[in-house]
Amino acid sequence: MKSRFTCTVNNEAADLLADGYKTLLEVLREDLQLTGTKHGCELGECGACAVLVDGQPVLSCLLLAAECDGRHIITVEGLTNDGRLHPLQECFADLGAAQCGYCTPGILITAKALLDAEPNPSRERICEALSGNLCRCTGYLQIVEAVEAAARVGTPAVTPEPRR
Amino acid sequence: MTQARRIVGQPRRRVDGRAKVTGQTRFADDIMLPRMLHCRLLRSTVPHARIIRIDTSKAAAVDGVHLVLTGEMFPIPYGILPVSHDEHALCRDKVRFVGDPVAAVVARDEVTAEQAVNLIEVEYEALRTYATPAESLAYPEPRIHDYGDHGNVHKAVALQFGDVDAAIDGADHVFDDVFFFEGSTHLPLEQHASVALKDPDGKLVLYSSTQTPHYLHRALAKALAMPAAHIRVIATPNGGGFGGKSDPFNHEVVVAKAALILDRPVKICLNREEVFYCHRGRHPVLMRFRTGVTNDGKITGLDLQTLLDGGAYGSYGVASTFYTGALQTVTYDIPRYRFRGCRVFTNKPPCGPKRGHGTPQSRFGQEVQLDKIAERLNMDPAALRLGIVAPPDTLTANYLRIGTIGLADCIRKVVDRSGWNEKFRKLPLGRGLGLACSAYLSGAGMPINWNDLPHSGVQLKLDRSGGVTAFCGATEIGQGSDDVLVAMVAEVLGIEPFDVRAVTGDTDLTPVDLGSYSSRVTLMMGNAAIQAAERARDILAAAVSAKMDIPVGRLVFADSRVFDSQNPASGVTFQEAVCIAEARVGTIGTTGSYTPPKSAALFKGGGVGPSPTYSYTAAVVEVEVDPENGWVTVPRVWIAHDIGCALNPTLVRGQVEGSVYMGLGEALMEEQAFRRLPAKLSNALVHKFPSMLEYKSPTSLDMPEIFTDLIEHPDPNGPFGAKEVGQGPLLPIMPAVANAVYDAVGVRVDQVPITPEKILRALQAKADGKPARSGPASFPDIAWPETLHVRPPWEGGDGRASNEPERGTRRKADAGVEATAGVRS
Repeated sequence: MKSRFTCTVNNEAADLLADGYKTLLEVLREDLQLTGTKHGCELGECGACAVLVDGQPVLSCLLLAAECDGRHIITVEGLTNDGRLHPLQECFADLGAAQCGYCTPGILITAKALLDAEPNPSRERICEALSGNLCRCTGYLQIVEAVEAAARVGTPAVTPEPRR
Repeated sequence: MTQARRIVGQPRRRVDGRAKVTGQTRFADDIMLPRMLHCRLLRSTVPHARIIRIDTSKAAAVDGVHLVLTGEMFPIPYGILPVSHDEHALCRDKVRFVGDPVAAVVARDEVTAEQAVNLIEVEYEALRTYATPAESLAYPEPRIHDYGDHGNVHKAVALQFGDVDAAIDGADHVFDDVFFFEGSTHLPLEQHASVALKDPDGKLVLYSSTQTPHYLHRALAKALAMPAAHIRVIATPNGGGFGGKSDPFNHEVVVAKAALILDRPVKICLNREEVFYCHRGRHPVLMRFRTGVTNDGKITGLDLQTLLDGGAYGSYGVASTFYTGALQTVTYDIPRYRFRGCRVFTNKPPCGPKRGHGTPQSRFGQEVQLDKIAERLNMDPAALRLGIVAPPDTLTANYLRIGTIGLADCIRKVVDRSGWNEKFRKLPLGRGLGLACSAYLSGAGMPINWNDLPHSGVQLKLDRSGGVTAFCGATEIGQGSDDVLVAMVAEVLGIEPFDVRAVTGDTDLTPVDLGSYSSRVTLMMGNAAIQAAERARDILAAAVSAKMDIPVGRLVFADSRVFDSQNPASGVTFQEAVCIAEARVGTIGTTGSYTPPKSAALFKGGGVGPSPTYSYTAAVVEVEVDPENGWVTVPRVWIAHDIGCALNPTLVRGQVEGSVYMGLGEALMEEQAFRRLPAKLSNALVHKFPSMLEYKSPTSLDMPEIFTDLIEHPDPNGPFGAKEVGQGPLLPIMPAVANAVYDAVGVRVDQVPITPEKILRALQAKADGKPARSGPASFPDIAWPETLHVRPPWEGGDGRASNEPERGTRRKADAGVEATAGVRS
């Protein structure tokens, strides 16, 4: 049984028709081809599928898509602004915070929610906020440092993407 | 033409960094194709049984099901090692562990496929289940496999280098310790996924999350009985590998077959539970170290026995077995050595290579025993190790060639940085410091399929635009291999990394690289890339020299220009240089390749252990142990790694810290453990907790401060002197934690993971006046095969065993075109 609903995904209206059992994760990846959002367990254990729903980090594998009617969703594809990377993205890329890159979208989203709420979090707060996002590559330290660096940079608008 | 390095050694954003932070890296499950179908596997619910009957009729009748596959369609076995081609894509006559794939359904979507899979009826006839190596040794029948040394022993090996019994008997002290290392799994964040299709020409294409596209290519050719030239394997960037995506897997062969039959793209993505069943992770190893030591802490001889719980299939197991005994001598000076290793089959998911492949287990035993030796001899553990560090530029007793060795510098560095001398044995109860060291390969010196072909190849295409494309079969698994490839080319040609495009891991487009395993890619691909780039530079230099009348020897390649070192204003852009050269010699492409040096180990079994160079690591771990509840926290780790040259220090640091992280997980919590279901259910042997929630791994809240130091003495065999860093730094962490726990609360936990329960048990034993220890009591008697006797180099040996028949045919047996067929033991 498909249900029809509308929501905003990365600041664009999305008119969706999806099976009632489909999770937000599945609809984002399979119906909208927004494959930047990843999955590591589909049971709410790893944090890889985190997206922002009305500004709050949510595990998209645990949310039915139909529950998102009228809501505002941001995925990793929505972090860039006018073609510029978000400071979190710049800092993650520069500071080695992404190795295989599979947990990265979920961590970026979780970190963005933290910085939106607390522009200058302590290291302890960062570790706490990211404790539901598993990463098997980095040992977390370069991730935490990248979040700290992004907090120091501040607003996205002033950060041009450097040529590498 | 020598010039200052502009890229190598600089902390730099990796070339694929932008793709990863924007979610644009295309992993296998991100591939969605028109008309694509979805596959699910039926996996065995019993650990060991004959398959009596499979009825797929109900599944085939489900609306939306396109194909149901069973083992009948897969008559040809395959496997990663030529000596153990013991896997079929789907089980044919029997199942060997809970999770063994039995049938597959291809349907219009995953939900339909899953529904149909559940309608397949399988009748099993239960066989005795082997849960532990002790059971496998005790009962030779029924056999899990009909090959192997005997009974349920897959492989037993015995090697001796000099009269080790005399060396140990004549020592001032003999230490005899038994240790156990529990298995653990890779737990990559990305679940294995594959997409197969028939291309418009009718050839097979497989996209897969594999670390070893070349070996997968060979396995598909064999299992599907197709010419390899008609198969294209594309390794998608892996969302973490750690060794867990190094075997050819059932699901890869299944979707390939299905796509050929249906002529439609077929995708499979395993769920997390299935990833635990694929496994190929750390072997549980029981080990016994008998070590002779002089009063001043020198080792006279080592007698090592290991018993590996292999799980249900061969995988890399024969190599894993040898690896438990290979690298002890590369770390410390051990003049006489005996190694005996035995791998048994059990009815559990197969074990294989996990980061460190076979060496972390015995590294744990050796480093904890050294701690005990130091204490008994009243020596400082760091001083003891400094006194026995293996010498540089030598052959070891087992004929491994050591070149540069920075281990002593590593030890001094962590001792200095950690304040070791002020803290060790001086901290209050509950706080402690532990030290351990390690060595690791920078690439296996021998290929899996023995032949004379290069281990890595790189091709360059120089374009009139000034861009360079670098082709290599190497596989990006997060470690940064694309970045190394691009950096080597850009450094040699004096251009920006952004001007180089990497095309990797595609068996149609790229020259063979054997894969992302054994820490081989930086060294082998890096050397091949440098050779290809130097050849391109020579072509350009000759053309520019002729055109501008500047001697070749004065030309400099830098800042995207080619110019006269004596008059930098006189020169051309790199793009102009390419055009000048192309006008002169035609289309410009070059190749480079790398083959490791010949090994000196000529005895059977000597193929495991040789490497062009070895990396070294020392680590000090600080722990806090609560004596009330046994809880361990790790506030700080100091680690120094002998890397030769850090090509990109940002990525090197990430590998070191990631290794510390994974090592702490293994030391404190990670267990690939099993249990039997209650008898009233089935008594089946099942995975204890095949979920990420229950398989505990460290989070951001568990991480210590890590102080990383790199020791950089360039190694002549490494690209710009570089050695490996992906695996070695993991190895000292587990024993360093155990040694720190002893320093903190005075009990030995001679097994990992070091859980609160084990610490409390040891504390209780101590309180009861028993040995203050938690660990295995004994090592079983094993019927070892005849020991191969090889005299060490300093006793006149030539690298051959004195009691081994003439060898030599084996190296020529495989021309590298077709995997060695059949099963040999």
